[in-house]
Amino acid sequence: MKKLSIPSKLAEAARVHDQVIADARASGYSDSACFAIRLALDEALSNAIHHGNRDDASKHIGVQYDITEKAVSITVCDEGPGFKPDKVPDPTLDENLECPHGRGVMLMRAYMTHVSFNDRGNCVTLVKERNCKLPERA
Amino acid sequence: MAKDSHLLIQRDRDIIRIEFLDKNILEEALIQQIGEEIAQVIDRSGNPKVLISFANVEHLSSAALGTLITINNKVRQKEGQLRLSNIDPQIYEVFVITKLNKLFQIFDTAEKALSSFK
Repeated sequence: MKKLSIPSKLAEAARVHDQVIADARASGYSDSACFAIRLALDEALSNAIHHGNRDDASKHIGVQYDITEKAVSITVCDEGPGFKPDKVPDPTLDENLECPHGRGVMLMRAYMTHVSFNDRGNCVTLVKERNCKLPERA
Repeated sequence: MAKDSHLLIQRDRDIIRIEFLDKNILEEALIQQIGEEIAQVIDRSGNPKVLISFANVEHLSSAALGTLITINNKVRQKEGQLRLSNIDPQIYEVFVITKLNKLFQIFDTAEKALSSFK
């Protein structure tokens, strides 16, 4: 298990997903799995920085990840009050299709094998199993 | 093209052809800059016909999708037409999952997209 703590800056987030993807590739995860991990992790970090920590660079994002033969597991936590992921409107409904926001959580769920949030809603855990086909269409 | 532009913008008769120069459209400062640059081009055109090629793009985020939606809305406000082309199959899948393939007119090649303009 590796642990990282970064300030709430997008440039720092880019370094985190570069490191995680490099480790996943070194463990033999496929291009399509790495595409999925990069996409989901980018959404999680972006949500943590903007919605969780409100772009406050004095606040930190905690990232823990573990890469095994079977799966890549990543937990991203911010210092915010949390949110209710089930309250996010379905962005694929016709009435929401032209809304420019609100697709991050659904993309994480589509591309990861498992996505879970803690009760407070400030930590998300993304799990990508090596043998999981992808992606699952909405 | 602006000195630090992340886009290649060319005029092809009455069509504005835009190509991303970056492989990754993930970082929000970059996405915002791209959105503003395309918006300026659209603002300068009446009934804009815009073709955006994704030939170089390997990754994009939901923020990039949001900017494309904003561009689409702007083009439609000006009674223009927007076409997307050359989207990598992995990225096209993102459009399918989000059902944005229903919102955008997407073509395999720039040639097919160009011939679709009315």
